[in-house]
Amino acid sequence: MSLIAAENLSVRRGGATVLHAVNLRIEPGEIVTVVGPNGSGKSTLLGALIGALPAATGRVVRRPGLAVGYVPQRLALDARMPMSVARFLSLPHRRPADEVSAALARVGLAGLAGRQMARLSGGQFQRVLLARALIGRPQLLILDEPTQGLDQPGEAALYRLIEEARIETGAAVLMVSHDLHVVMSASDRVICLNGHVCCEGTPSVVGAAPEYRALFGIGTGGALALYRHDHDHGHDHAHPHESEPV
Amino acid sequence: MLDDFLIRAALAGLGTALAAGPLGCFVVWRRMAYFGDATAHAAILGVALALATSLPVFWGTAAVAGVMALAITALAGRGVAADTALGVLAHSALALGLVAVAFLPGVRVDLSAYLFGDILAVSRADLGFIWGGAAAVLALIGWRWQALLTATLSTDLAQASGIDPRRERLVLTLAMALTVAVAIKVVGALLIAAMLIIPAAAARGLARGPEAMAIFAVALGGLAVAGGLGLSLLADTPAGPSIVVAAAGLFVASLAPGLPGRRG
Repeated sequence: MSLIAAENLSVRRGGATVLHAVNLRIEPGEIVTVVGPNGSGKSTLLGALIGALPAATGRVVRRPGLAVGYVPQRLALDARMPMSVARFLSLPHRRPADEVSAALARVGLAGLAGRQMARLSGGQFQRVLLARALIGRPQLLILDEPTQGLDQPGEAALYRLIEEARIETGAAVLMVSHDLHVVMSASDRVICLNGHVCCEGTPSVVGAAPEYRALFGIGTGGALALYRHDHDHGHDHAHPHESEPV
Repeated sequence: MLDDFLIRAALAGLGTALAAGPLGCFVVWRRMAYFGDATAHAAILGVALALATSLPVFWGTAAVAGVMALAITALAGRGVAADTALGVLAHSALALGLVAVAFLPGVRVDLSAYLFGDILAVSRADLGFIWGGAAAVLALIGWRWQALLTATLSTDLAQASGIDPRRERLVLTLAMALTVAVAIKVVGALLIAAMLIIPAAAARGLARGPEAMAIFAVALGGLAVAGGLGLSLLADTPAGPSIVVAAAGLFVASLAPGLPGRRG
Protein backbone atom coordinates (compact mmCIF):
# COMPACT_ATOMS: atom_id res chain seq x y z
CA MET A 1 0.00 0.00 0.00
CA SER A 2 1.22 3.51 -0.77
CA LEU A 3 2.25 5.73 2.12
CA ILE A 4 -0.03 8.50 1.00
CA ALA A 5 -2.19 9.04 -2.03
CA ALA A 6 -4.22 11.85 -3.51
CA GLU A 7 -7.24 10.54 -5.38
CA ASN A 8 -8.87 12.91 -7.81
CA LEU A 9 -8.00 15.70 -5.38
CA SER A 10 -9.25 19.23 -6.02
CA VAL A 11 -8.59 22.07 -3.63
CA ARG A 12 -10.19 25.49 -3.60
CA ARG A 13 -8.59 28.55 -2.06
CA GLY A 14 -10.25 31.94 -1.88
CA GLY A 15 -13.03 30.89 -4.23
CA ALA A 16 -10.70 29.66 -6.98
CA THR A 17 -9.88 26.05 -7.72
CA VAL A 18 -6.12 25.87 -7.31
CA LEU A 19 -5.74 22.14 -7.81
CA HIS A 20 -7.77 20.13 -10.31
CA ALA A 21 -8.23 16.39 -10.04
CA VAL A 22 -4.74 15.50 -8.89
CA ASN A 23 -3.82 11.84 -8.61
CA LEU A 24 -0.55 10.83 -7.03
CA ARG A 25 0.82 8.21 -4.72
CA ILE A 26 4.05 8.03 -2.77
CA GLU A 27 5.65 4.63 -2.27
CA PRO A 28 7.99 3.76 0.61
CA GLY A 29 11.56 4.96 0.18
CA GLU A 30 11.22 6.97 -3.02
CA ILE A 31 12.15 10.59 -3.59
CA VAL A 32 9.45 12.49 -5.42
CA THR A 33 9.83 16.12 -6.38
CA VAL A 34 7.05 18.48 -7.35
CA VAL A 35 8.06 21.21 -9.76
CA GLY A 36 5.93 23.91 -11.33
CA PRO A 37 5.78 27.65 -11.87
CA ASN A 38 4.73 30.07 -9.14
CA GLY A 39 1.05 29.76 -8.34
CA SER A 40 0.85 26.27 -9.80
CA GLY A 41 -0.50 24.86 -6.52
CA LYS A 42 2.65 23.16 -5.22
CA SER A 43 2.31 24.37 -1.65
CA THR A 44 -1.43 23.86 -1.82
CA LEU A 45 -0.84 20.23 -2.73
CA LEU A 46 1.45 19.72 0.27
CA GLY A 47 -1.03 21.57 2.48
CA ALA A 48 -3.79 19.22 1.41
CA LEU A 49 -1.57 16.18 1.96
CA ILE A 50 -0.67 17.18 5.54
CA GLY A 51 -4.33 17.89 6.24
CA ALA A 52 -4.06 21.67 6.55
CA LEU A 53 -6.35 22.32 3.58
CA PRO A 54 -9.64 20.51 2.98
CA ALA A 55 -10.31 18.70 -0.27
CA ALA A 56 -13.07 20.25 -2.39
CA THR A 57 -13.48 16.97 -4.22
CA GLY A 58 -11.59 13.70 -4.12
CA ARG A 59 -9.62 12.68 -1.07
CA VAL A 60 -6.26 12.09 0.56
CA VAL A 61 -5.61 8.55 1.74
CA ARG A 62 -2.90 7.92 4.30
CA ARG A 63 -1.58 4.57 5.36
CA PRO A 64 -2.89 4.06 8.92
CA GLY A 65 -0.36 5.19 11.52
CA LEU A 66 1.72 7.03 8.95
CA ALA A 67 4.39 9.19 10.62
CA VAL A 68 5.03 12.37 8.60
CA GLY A 69 7.98 14.70 9.11
CA TYR A 70 7.11 18.11 7.71
CA VAL A 71 9.43 20.99 6.84
CA PRO A 72 7.36 24.10 6.09
CA GLN A 73 8.24 26.67 3.48
CA ARG A 74 8.52 29.51 5.93
CA LEU A 75 8.40 29.63 9.65
CA ALA A 76 8.21 33.12 11.05
CA LEU A 77 9.70 32.65 14.49
CA ASP A 78 10.36 35.96 16.09
CA ALA A 79 11.82 36.65 19.48
CA ARG A 80 8.49 37.06 21.25
CA MET A 81 8.55 33.46 22.37
CA PRO A 82 11.78 32.35 24.03
CA MET A 83 12.58 28.98 22.53
CA SER A 84 15.79 27.00 22.55
CA VAL A 85 16.64 24.62 19.74
CA ALA A 86 16.27 21.63 22.08
CA ARG A 87 12.84 22.79 23.25
CA PHE A 88 11.73 23.31 19.64
CA LEU A 89 12.66 19.73 18.79
CA SER A 90 10.42 18.58 21.64
CA LEU A 91 7.26 19.98 20.03
CA PRO A 92 4.65 18.65 19.99
CA HIS A 93 6.08 15.45 21.48
CA ARG A 94 8.59 15.48 24.30
CA ARG A 95 11.90 13.90 23.28
CA PRO A 96 14.66 12.69 25.57
CA ALA A 97 17.85 14.77 25.57
CA ASP A 98 19.96 12.09 23.88
CA GLU A 99 17.47 11.82 21.01
CA VAL A 100 17.58 15.59 20.61
CA SER A 101 21.38 15.73 20.50
CA ALA A 102 21.51 12.80 18.09
CA ALA A 103 19.07 14.58 15.75
CA LEU A 104 21.14 17.76 15.92
CA ALA A 105 24.37 15.87 15.29
CA ARG A 106 22.79 14.26 12.23
CA VAL A 107 22.20 17.65 10.63
CA GLY A 108 25.61 18.94 11.66
CA LEU A 109 24.47 21.15 14.51
CA ALA A 110 25.91 19.27 17.48
CA GLY A 111 26.23 21.53 20.49
CA LEU A 112 23.56 24.01 19.43
CA ALA A 113 20.83 22.58 21.66
CA GLY A 114 20.86 25.56 24.00
CA ARG A 115 20.89 28.25 21.31
CA GLN A 116 17.79 30.43 20.99
CA MET A 117 15.88 29.77 17.76
CA ALA A 118 15.71 33.49 17.00
CA ARG A 119 19.52 33.64 16.92
CA LEU A 120 20.07 30.95 14.31
CA SER A 121 21.33 31.79 10.83
CA GLY A 122 19.13 30.93 7.86
CA GLY A 123 21.00 27.74 7.10
CA GLN A 124 21.05 26.61 10.72
CA PHE A 125 17.33 27.30 10.98
CA GLN A 126 16.52 25.12 7.97
CA ARG A 127 18.68 22.33 9.41
CA VAL A 128 16.87 22.55 12.73
CA LEU A 129 13.56 22.25 10.86
CA LEU A 130 14.92 19.16 9.13
CA ALA A 131 16.14 17.72 12.44
CA ARG A 132 12.70 18.26 13.93
CA ALA A 133 11.06 16.55 10.97
CA LEU A 134 13.41 13.58 11.29
CA ILE A 135 13.20 13.12 15.04
CA GLY A 136 9.86 11.33 14.94
CA ARG A 137 11.32 8.60 12.67
CA PRO A 138 8.96 9.48 9.84
CA GLN A 139 8.14 7.10 7.01
CA LEU A 140 7.45 10.14 4.87
CA LEU A 141 9.33 13.41 4.83
CA ILE A 142 7.43 16.32 3.25
CA LEU A 143 9.50 19.40 2.45
CA ASP A 144 8.19 22.64 0.98
CA GLU A 145 11.10 24.39 -0.72
CA PRO A 146 13.48 23.54 2.09
CA THR A 147 16.36 25.58 0.68
CA GLN A 148 14.51 28.86 0.35
CA GLY A 149 16.76 31.73 1.29
CA LEU A 150 19.95 29.68 1.33
CA ASP A 151 23.02 30.36 -0.80
CA GLN A 152 24.20 27.70 -3.22
CA PRO A 153 26.64 25.90 -0.92
CA GLY A 154 23.93 25.95 1.74
CA GLU A 155 21.42 24.48 -0.69
CA ALA A 156 23.77 21.75 -1.78
CA ALA A 157 24.60 20.87 1.83
CA LEU A 158 20.92 20.68 2.80
CA TYR A 159 20.04 18.44 -0.14
CA ARG A 160 22.95 16.19 0.80
CA LEU A 161 21.54 15.96 4.33
CA ILE A 162 18.09 15.07 3.00
CA GLU A 163 19.61 12.40 0.79
CA GLU A 164 21.63 10.99 3.71
CA ALA A 165 18.58 11.00 5.94
CA ARG A 166 16.68 9.08 3.29
CA ILE A 167 19.38 6.45 3.07
CA GLU A 168 19.68 6.21 6.84
CA THR A 169 16.00 6.04 7.71
CA GLY A 170 14.52 4.66 4.49
CA ALA A 171 11.88 7.39 4.61
CA ALA A 172 10.16 8.45 1.42
CA VAL A 173 10.70 12.08 0.49
CA LEU A 174 8.16 14.37 -1.14
CA MET A 175 9.44 17.85 -1.81
CA VAL A 176 8.65 20.99 -3.68
CA SER A 177 11.66 22.54 -5.31
CA HIS A 178 12.66 25.33 -7.62
CA ASP A 179 16.17 24.02 -8.15
CA LEU A 180 15.66 22.10 -11.34
CA HIS A 181 19.20 20.76 -11.55
CA VAL A 182 18.91 19.30 -8.06
CA VAL A 183 15.52 17.89 -8.87
CA MET A 184 16.88 16.19 -11.90
CA SER A 185 19.83 14.66 -10.13
CA ALA A 186 18.27 13.56 -6.87
CA SER A 187 14.70 12.47 -7.60
CA ASP A 188 13.33 9.07 -8.46
CA ARG A 189 10.23 10.69 -9.81
CA VAL A 190 9.24 14.20 -10.81
CA ILE A 191 5.72 15.55 -10.85
CA CYS A 192 5.24 18.62 -12.94
CA LEU A 193 2.34 20.62 -11.60
CA ASN A 194 0.42 23.50 -13.08
CA GLY A 195 -2.95 23.43 -11.36
CA HIS A 196 -3.11 19.83 -12.48
CA VAL A 197 -0.47 17.17 -13.05
CA CYS A 198 0.90 18.02 -16.50
CA CYS A 199 3.41 15.24 -16.61
CA GLU A 200 5.03 12.79 -14.32
CA GLY A 201 7.78 10.19 -14.41
CA THR A 202 11.53 9.73 -14.04
CA PRO A 203 13.52 12.95 -14.38
CA SER A 204 14.56 12.15 -17.92
CA VAL A 205 11.03 11.35 -19.04
CA VAL A 206 9.64 14.53 -17.53
CA GLY A 207 12.55 16.59 -18.82
CA ALA A 208 11.79 15.46 -22.34
CA ALA A 209 8.04 15.93 -22.06
CA PRO A 210 6.64 18.76 -24.17
CA GLU A 211 4.42 19.90 -21.27
CA TYR A 212 7.49 20.37 -19.10
CA ARG A 213 9.40 22.17 -21.84
CA ALA A 214 6.44 24.44 -22.41
CA LEU A 215 6.45 25.40 -18.73
CA PHE A 216 10.16 25.78 -18.17
CA GLY A 217 11.48 26.61 -21.60
CA ILE A 218 14.55 25.26 -23.26
CA GLY A 219 16.94 26.82 -20.75
CA THR A 220 16.41 23.91 -18.44
CA GLY A 221 17.56 21.55 -21.14
CA GLY A 222 21.07 22.51 -20.14
CA ALA A 223 20.60 21.51 -16.54
CA LEU A 224 18.96 18.29 -17.63
CA ALA A 225 21.80 17.42 -19.96
CA LEU A 226 24.25 18.15 -17.18
CA TYR A 227 22.45 15.69 -15.00
CA ARG A 228 22.49 13.01 -17.63
CA HIS A 229 26.10 13.55 -18.32
CA ASP A 230 26.92 12.71 -14.70
CA HIS A 231 24.35 10.12 -13.90
CA ASP A 232 23.34 8.40 -17.08
CA HIS A 233 24.54 4.99 -15.92
CA GLY A 234 21.83 2.53 -15.09
CA HIS A 235 18.85 4.90 -15.05
CA ASP A 236 16.76 5.42 -18.09
CA HIS A 237 18.40 4.78 -21.40
CA ALA A 238 15.29 5.13 -23.46
CA HIS A 239 16.05 8.80 -23.98
CA PRO A 240 19.62 9.34 -25.15
CA HIS A 241 21.48 12.64 -25.01
CA GLU A 242 19.39 14.76 -27.24
CA SER A 243 20.39 18.02 -25.67
CA GLU A 244 23.85 19.15 -24.74
CA PRO A 245 24.49 22.07 -22.41
CA VAL A 246 23.90 25.35 -24.18
CA MET B 1 -7.30 34.90 58.54
CA LEU B 2 -9.72 35.42 55.65
CA ASP B 3 -11.46 37.99 57.82
CA ASP B 4 -8.79 40.51 56.95
CA PHE B 5 -9.75 42.39 53.80
CA LEU B 6 -6.10 42.84 52.87
CA ILE B 7 -5.41 39.10 53.00
CA ARG B 8 -8.47 38.48 50.85
CA ALA B 9 -7.32 41.16 48.43
CA ALA B 10 -3.84 39.64 48.19
CA LEU B 11 -5.26 36.17 47.62
CA ALA B 12 -7.62 37.49 44.96
CA GLY B 13 -4.74 39.23 43.21
CA LEU B 14 -2.59 36.11 43.41
CA GLY B 15 -5.35 33.98 41.92
CA THR B 16 -5.68 36.44 39.06
CA ALA B 17 -1.93 36.42 38.45
CA LEU B 18 -1.99 32.63 38.38
CA ALA B 19 -4.49 32.55 35.50
CA ALA B 20 -3.26 35.68 33.73
CA GLY B 21 0.43 34.67 33.64
CA PRO B 22 0.34 31.66 31.30
CA LEU B 23 -2.61 32.97 29.26
CA GLY B 24 -0.88 36.35 29.01
CA CYS B 25 2.13 34.64 27.43
CA PHE B 26 -0.09 33.32 24.65
CA VAL B 27 -1.65 36.76 24.29
CA VAL B 28 1.86 38.16 23.74
CA TRP B 29 3.03 35.33 21.47
CA ARG B 30 -0.07 35.35 19.29
CA ARG B 31 -0.56 39.13 19.29
CA MET B 32 -3.98 38.84 20.90
CA ALA B 33 -3.79 42.00 23.00
CA TYR B 34 -6.75 43.63 21.36
CA PHE B 35 -8.67 40.37 21.53
CA GLY B 36 -8.17 40.36 25.29
CA ASP B 37 -9.37 43.93 25.51
CA ALA B 38 -12.51 43.23 23.50
CA THR B 39 -13.35 40.16 25.57
CA ALA B 40 -12.85 42.08 28.79
CA HIS B 41 -14.96 45.04 27.68
CA ALA B 42 -17.82 42.72 26.82
CA ALA B 43 -17.80 41.59 30.44
CA ILE B 44 -19.63 44.77 31.48
CA LEU B 45 -22.61 43.56 29.49
CA GLY B 46 -22.26 40.30 31.41
CA VAL B 47 -22.38 42.19 34.68
CA ALA B 48 -25.62 43.86 33.61
CA LEU B 49 -27.18 40.55 32.57
CA ALA B 50 -26.08 38.85 35.78
CA LEU B 51 -27.55 41.59 37.93
CA ALA B 52 -30.78 41.57 35.94
CA THR B 53 -31.18 37.82 36.37
CA SER B 54 -29.73 37.60 39.89
CA LEU B 55 -27.03 35.18 38.72
CA PRO B 56 -23.55 35.37 40.23
CA VAL B 57 -21.57 38.06 38.40
CA PHE B 58 -18.82 35.52 37.75
CA TRP B 59 -21.06 33.40 35.53
CA GLY B 60 -22.58 36.41 33.79
CA THR B 61 -19.20 37.79 32.84
CA ALA B 62 -17.79 34.38 31.90
CA ALA B 63 -20.78 33.66 29.64
CA VAL B 64 -20.83 37.01 27.84
CA ALA B 65 -17.04 37.12 27.55
CA GLY B 66 -17.19 33.60 26.11
CA VAL B 67 -19.83 34.52 23.53
CA MET B 68 -17.83 37.61 22.64
CA ALA B 69 -14.58 35.68 22.25
CA LEU B 70 -16.30 33.08 20.05
CA ALA B 71 -17.89 35.80 17.93
CA ILE B 72 -14.53 37.46 17.35
CA THR B 73 -12.90 34.15 16.47
CA ALA B 74 -15.67 33.37 14.00
CA LEU B 75 -15.46 36.81 12.39
CA ALA B 76 -11.69 36.61 12.09
CA GLY B 77 -12.08 33.17 10.50
CA ARG B 78 -14.36 34.67 7.85
CA GLY B 79 -11.70 37.12 6.82
CA VAL B 80 -13.27 40.26 8.27
CA ALA B 81 -10.34 42.55 9.02
CA ALA B 82 -9.55 41.47 12.57
CA ASP B 83 -8.60 44.95 13.66
CA THR B 84 -11.89 46.48 12.55
CA ALA B 85 -14.02 43.60 13.80
CA LEU B 86 -12.42 43.82 17.24
CA GLY B 87 -12.79 47.58 17.35
CA VAL B 88 -16.48 47.41 16.49
CA LEU B 89 -17.26 44.56 18.86
CA ALA B 90 -15.18 45.76 21.81
CA HIS B 91 -16.60 49.22 22.05
CA SER B 92 -20.14 48.25 21.10
CA ALA B 93 -20.19 45.63 23.84
CA LEU B 94 -18.83 48.05 26.41
CA ALA B 95 -21.33 50.74 25.44
CA LEU B 96 -24.18 48.24 25.32
CA GLY B 97 -23.20 47.05 28.78
CA LEU B 98 -23.20 50.57 30.18
CA VAL B 99 -26.60 51.28 28.60
CA ALA B 100 -28.03 47.98 29.80
CA VAL B 101 -27.02 48.68 33.39
CA ALA B 102 -29.01 51.92 33.25
CA PHE B 103 -32.13 49.93 32.39
CA LEU B 104 -31.87 47.69 35.44
CA PRO B 105 -35.02 48.35 37.49
CA GLY B 106 -34.39 49.29 41.07
CA VAL B 107 -30.74 48.32 41.12
CA ARG B 108 -28.19 50.89 42.06
CA VAL B 109 -24.93 49.58 40.64
CA ASP B 110 -21.55 50.99 41.36
CA LEU B 111 -20.22 50.57 37.84
CA SER B 112 -16.77 51.79 38.69
CA ALA B 113 -16.27 48.64 40.76
CA TYR B 114 -16.53 46.63 37.56
CA LEU B 115 -14.72 49.09 35.32
CA PHE B 116 -11.72 49.60 37.61
CA GLY B 117 -12.00 46.67 39.99
CA ASP B 118 -12.76 46.58 43.68
CA ILE B 119 -10.12 44.26 45.05
CA LEU B 120 -10.39 45.59 48.60
CA ALA B 121 -14.04 44.50 48.71
CA VAL B 122 -13.46 40.90 47.65
CA SER B 123 -15.67 38.50 49.61
CA ARG B 124 -15.03 34.87 50.56
CA ALA B 125 -17.44 33.83 47.82
CA ASP B 126 -15.54 35.97 45.31
CA LEU B 127 -12.33 34.23 46.40
CA GLY B 128 -13.93 30.88 45.70
CA PHE B 129 -14.85 31.95 42.16
CA ILE B 130 -11.43 33.53 41.54
CA TRP B 131 -9.42 30.51 42.67
CA GLY B 132 -11.80 28.03 41.08
CA GLY B 133 -11.66 29.94 37.79
CA ALA B 134 -7.87 30.28 37.96
CA ALA B 135 -7.48 26.56 38.63
CA ALA B 136 -9.68 25.78 35.62
CA VAL B 137 -7.63 28.09 33.39
CA LEU B 138 -4.36 26.54 34.58
CA ALA B 139 -5.68 23.01 34.08
CA LEU B 140 -6.94 23.85 30.58
CA ILE B 141 -3.69 25.46 29.46
CA GLY B 142 -1.54 22.83 31.17
CA TRP B 143 -3.49 20.02 29.51
CA ARG B 144 -3.07 21.47 26.02
CA TRP B 145 0.36 23.04 26.62
CA GLN B 146 2.41 21.20 23.98
CA ALA B 147 -0.29 21.46 21.33
CA LEU B 148 -0.88 25.14 22.12
CA LEU B 149 2.82 25.92 21.76
CA THR B 150 3.04 24.05 18.46
CA ALA B 151 -0.07 25.70 17.02
CA THR B 152 1.22 29.10 18.17
CA LEU B 153 4.55 28.58 16.39
CA SER B 154 3.00 27.43 13.12
CA THR B 155 -0.42 26.20 12.14
CA ASP B 156 1.21 24.14 9.37
CA LEU B 157 3.56 22.35 11.76
CA ALA B 158 0.60 21.70 14.04
CA GLN B 159 -1.55 20.30 11.21
CA ALA B 160 1.23 18.03 10.04
CA SER B 161 1.46 16.63 13.59
CA GLY B 162 -2.26 15.97 13.73
CA ILE B 163 -3.09 18.98 15.89
CA ASP B 164 -6.13 21.03 14.91
CA PRO B 165 -5.18 24.71 15.35
CA ARG B 166 -8.86 25.72 15.50
CA ARG B 167 -9.36 23.51 18.51
CA GLU B 168 -6.35 25.03 20.25
CA ARG B 169 -7.66 28.51 19.49
CA LEU B 170 -10.93 27.49 21.09
CA VAL B 171 -9.05 26.40 24.22
CA LEU B 172 -7.46 29.84 24.46
CA THR B 173 -10.81 31.51 23.80
CA LEU B 174 -12.35 29.60 26.68
CA ALA B 175 -9.40 30.36 28.96
CA MET B 176 -9.74 34.02 28.04
CA ALA B 177 -13.43 34.15 29.01
CA LEU B 178 -12.71 32.48 32.35
CA THR B 179 -9.77 34.78 33.06
CA VAL B 180 -11.90 37.85 32.38
CA ALA B 181 -14.47 36.57 34.86
CA VAL B 182 -11.69 35.92 37.39
CA ALA B 183 -10.01 39.29 36.98
CA ILE B 184 -12.93 41.69 36.70
CA LYS B 185 -13.28 42.12 40.45
CA VAL B 186 -9.53 42.54 40.87
CA VAL B 187 -8.46 45.05 38.23
CA GLY B 188 -11.74 45.81 36.44
CA ALA B 189 -12.82 45.35 32.84
CA LEU B 190 -10.75 48.24 31.52
CA LEU B 191 -7.44 46.94 32.90
CA ILE B 192 -7.75 43.16 32.51
CA ALA B 193 -5.75 43.21 29.30
CA ALA B 194 -2.97 45.00 31.18
CA MET B 195 -2.78 42.13 33.70
CA LEU B 196 -2.48 39.73 30.78
CA ILE B 197 0.12 41.55 28.76
CA ILE B 198 2.39 43.46 31.11
CA PRO B 199 3.61 40.64 33.40
CA ALA B 200 4.12 38.34 30.38
CA ALA B 201 6.00 41.04 28.48
CA ALA B 202 8.19 41.68 31.53
CA ALA B 203 8.81 37.93 31.92
CA ARG B 204 10.19 37.79 28.38
CA GLY B 205 13.36 39.53 29.57
CA LEU B 206 14.04 36.85 32.16
CA ALA B 207 13.08 33.66 30.37
CA ARG B 208 14.91 31.39 27.91
CA GLY B 209 12.01 29.00 27.37
CA PRO B 210 8.21 29.19 27.13
CA GLU B 211 7.66 27.40 30.45
CA ALA B 212 10.02 29.76 32.26
CA MET B 213 8.26 32.73 30.70
CA ALA B 214 4.87 31.52 31.97
CA ILE B 215 6.22 30.95 35.47
CA PHE B 216 7.97 34.32 35.57
CA ALA B 217 4.77 35.96 34.33
CA VAL B 218 2.88 34.49 37.30
CA ALA B 219 5.62 35.56 39.72
CA LEU B 220 5.81 39.09 38.32
CA GLY B 221 2.01 39.33 38.33
CA GLY B 222 2.03 38.33 42.00
CA LEU B 223 4.73 40.89 42.71
CA ALA B 224 2.69 43.57 40.95
CA VAL B 225 -0.33 42.69 43.11
CA ALA B 226 1.75 43.00 46.27
CA GLY B 227 3.33 46.24 45.09
CA GLY B 228 0.03 47.71 43.98
CA LEU B 229 -1.74 46.86 47.22
CA GLY B 230 1.18 48.37 49.16
CA LEU B 231 1.05 51.53 47.08
CA SER B 232 -2.70 51.73 47.54
CA LEU B 233 -2.33 51.36 51.30
CA LEU B 234 0.48 53.91 51.66
CA ALA B 235 -0.69 56.56 49.23
CA ASP B 236 -4.44 55.87 49.29
CA THR B 237 -4.52 55.26 45.56
CA PRO B 238 -7.15 53.10 43.80
CA ALA B 239 -6.00 49.49 44.17
CA GLY B 240 -6.65 48.08 40.67
CA PRO B 241 -4.83 50.81 38.77
CA SER B 242 -2.04 50.73 41.36
CA ILE B 243 -1.46 47.04 40.59
CA VAL B 244 -1.16 47.83 36.89
CA VAL B 245 1.22 50.72 37.66
CA ALA B 246 3.39 48.34 39.68
CA ALA B 247 3.36 45.85 36.80
CA ALA B 248 4.40 48.61 34.41
CA GLY B 249 7.31 49.41 36.73
CA LEU B 250 8.41 45.78 36.63
CA PHE B 251 8.20 45.84 32.84
CA VAL B 252 10.45 48.88 32.64
CA ALA B 253 12.95 47.13 34.93
CA SER B 254 12.83 44.07 32.67
CA LEU B 255 14.17 46.13 29.79
CA ALA B 256 17.57 46.29 31.50
CA PRO B 257 20.27 44.92 29.20
CA GLY B 258 22.03 41.67 29.99
CA LEU B 259 19.02 39.81 31.38
CA PRO B 260 18.97 36.07 30.55
CA GLY B 261 16.10 36.31 28.07
CA ARG B 262 17.93 38.87 25.95
CA ARG B 263 21.02 36.74 25.35
CA GLY B 264 21.45 34.26 22.48
